[in-house]
Amino acid sequence: MTDTVPDIREKALSEPSCVAEFRDVTKVYHMGTQEVSALAGVSIAFERGSFWAIMGPSGSGKSTMLNLLGCLDRPSSGHYILEGGDVGQLDDDQLSEFRLRHLGFIFQSFNLIPQLTVQENIELPLFYLGYDAGRSAALAAELAERVDLGARLQHKPSELSGGQQQRVAIARALANDPPILLADEPTGNLDSATGTQIMHLLTELNEQGKTIIMVTHENEIAAYAGRRLHMRDGRIERIEGGDGCAG
Amino acid sequence: MRRVRIIRNIGLGIKNLLLHKLRSFLTMLGVVFGVGSVVAMLAVGEGASAEALEQIRRLGSNNIIITTIRPVEEGVGASSPSFMSIYGLLYEDETRIRKSFSSVEHTVPVKLIRKESRLGDKRLELRVVGTVPDWFQLVRRPIVAGRVIREEDIEGRAGVVVLTEFGARRLLATEHTIGQLLRIGGEYFEVIGIVQSEEASAGGVQTPDEEVDAYAPLNVVRERFGDIYSRRTAGSRIRELVELHQLIVQVRSVEEVEAVAAGIDHMLERSRRRKDYQMSVPLALLRQAEATKRTFNIVLGSIAGISLLVGGIGIMNIMLASVTERTREIGIRRAIGAKRMQIVGQFLVETIVLSMIGGLIGVAVGILIPALITYFAGMHTIVSPQSIFLSVGISMAVGIVFGIYPAIRASNLDPIVALRHE
Ligand SMILES: Nc1ncnc2c1ncn2[C@@H]1O[C@H](COP(=O)(O)OP(=O)(O)O)[C@@H](O)[C@H]1O
Ligand SMILES: [Mg+2]
Repeated sequence: MTDTVPDIREKALSEPSCVAEFRDVTKVYHMGTQEVSALAGVSIAFERGSFWAIMGPSGSGKSTMLNLLGCLDRPSSGHYILEGGDVGQLDDDQLSEFRLRHLGFIFQSFNLIPQLTVQENIELPLFYLGYDAGRSAALAAELAERVDLGARLQHKPSELSGGQQQRVAIARALANDPPILLADEPTGNLDSATGTQIMHLLTELNEQGKTIIMVTHENEIAAYAGRRLHMRDGRIERIEGGDGCAG
Repeated sequence: MRRVRIIRNIGLGIKNLLLHKLRSFLTMLGVVFGVGSVVAMLAVGEGASAEALEQIRRLGSNNIIITTIRPVEEGVGASSPSFMSIYGLLYEDETRIRKSFSSVEHTVPVKLIRKESRLGDKRLELRVVGTVPDWFQLVRRPIVAGRVIREEDIEGRAGVVVLTEFGARRLLATEHTIGQLLRIGGEYFEVIGIVQSEEASAGGVQTPDEEVDAYAPLNVVRERFGDIYSRRTAGSRIRELVELHQLIVQVRSVEEVEAVAAGIDHMLERSRRRKDYQMSVPLALLRQAEATKRTFNIVLGSIAGISLLVGGIGIMNIMLASVTERTREIGIRRAIGAKRMQIVGQFLVETIVLSMIGGLIGVAVGILIPALITYFAGMHTIVSPQSIFLSVGISMAVGIVFGIYPAIRASNLDPIVALRHE
């Protein structure tokens, strides 16, 4: 985005198959005088249209990685190139703008706003994108239809089952038509049958071209992903299934 | 598109407030009562002072009114039958004032005397007001029939009298009575006109106005009735010699009024042994009334300020609680892509909507209360448009001032932390 890292920007632009890329990313948390290295130099490229599962023991840095990927935080050092821009160089507003344009979030606990209806929850990104009410409502209806909840638009989240709520969350994550979907234990709060449904939906979205990066600790769930990234102590331990795109 | 978003933000704000109707309503009450009391108090204050100022203004800001007062009894001799108490303004005082002060435009002397009158078979005790034509210039009493006293009446020592409407009614005098003779205390006066009575409550005319007043040329009244009065107190008869009961001095310009008044006071004081007159300067009264009004407004402003402060703190308190309660929602919105300013906007809109609605209800309350006061207590009240704009403006300012801190706090939440919030 700025002149300080022209080489990286050019490189990212010259490799359109790479939608997101970490280059020696570290994340250090300061706990008083103590320094906690949550990510200790991670380099990895995510190919457009790939489906990743990030695995690893608790405290290995999975959430930290997902937060960085989701532009909710900035690396302590290294570069994170998303859609050709270096996230490390962005200010808070620009990070928001990146999240709004390029990212969709799916959470373990769904994170729907309880006071809003299904339609209004799906419309949230559209509100911040400045859609007018008519276009926004039409698109929300279309998205709800896509996750089989066309009849539930006026319901409140509390009137829906867990699986239905997660589908609303997915519809909301799709509203801004992002290239990347980030999912943090998307089936963690669901029974296995419902979890399977959600995974089928994600697989379908991946087939339609979305890059999906998902944190999970369940092997059956990770099996849906084409690539599995194993983390340990803030480093990549190993990658299963392909090598990612050239980084 | 920006405007659309603002409108939708307001819609969102209203919706959020409606989710907690009771809480929003209770939060609003502080502003409702704050604004309501401001508007109501201003209306009552404005009404009262407008009435006072109007009364004073009627007295004429160019005028100085000097009234004869009975001095404190001297004890010795007061009880002796031959004693005559001599006090009050003199004919000579009028001449001296007119000659000594070049900025005096008119002097209007007034002599008062109560006399039994008779018209046909109707009787009425009149208060005869002996004065000069200028009196009618100062007081501007609308003429109902006939004419008022003229210069030639004074010059010709004409025995003429002008009745008030009220007195005329009591004497069954109509416009046909004009030209007829009215018997006042054994003397005959020709009725030349009828003027409108001043309503008692409207108050404040130079001569303490009485409904049974009848106006006659000063020199004629003096000639026919003299200057000696007798009255009875506690069985004994007291004789008094009073030349003039009142002297109205009209000064050419408002700027000179107070200096002339001081000069007259000094002059009169030096020429008598005891204080037997009282000066009243409407302009000074007006100044005083305005100063009082200013003080009143400052006190009122402080009270209003405090009540609005309390209302504002109430709003801030609730909004801070609301931010904590909705931390997760803020995290979700931020994760989705809301910018900090949009979160600020969302919460600020809520407080502004809250305080504005509170302000509008407050204005309604503030209009209703003076109306009820006027209806039940008969007090004059004025709800000025300025007070309404002022209160609505203040309530909006309260919303912004007390809403900005919770809103900024909401926007500064780290989205990662906010999303983890239970
Ligand atoms: N906000 C934070 N402040 C301090 N330390 C943190 C913070 N977030 C994570 N950590 C530390 O960073 C390391 C990685 O954490 P995390 O990314 O949450 O791991 P995982 O999600 O794989 O369990 C852990 O040691 C954790 O204690
Ligand atoms: Mg974690």
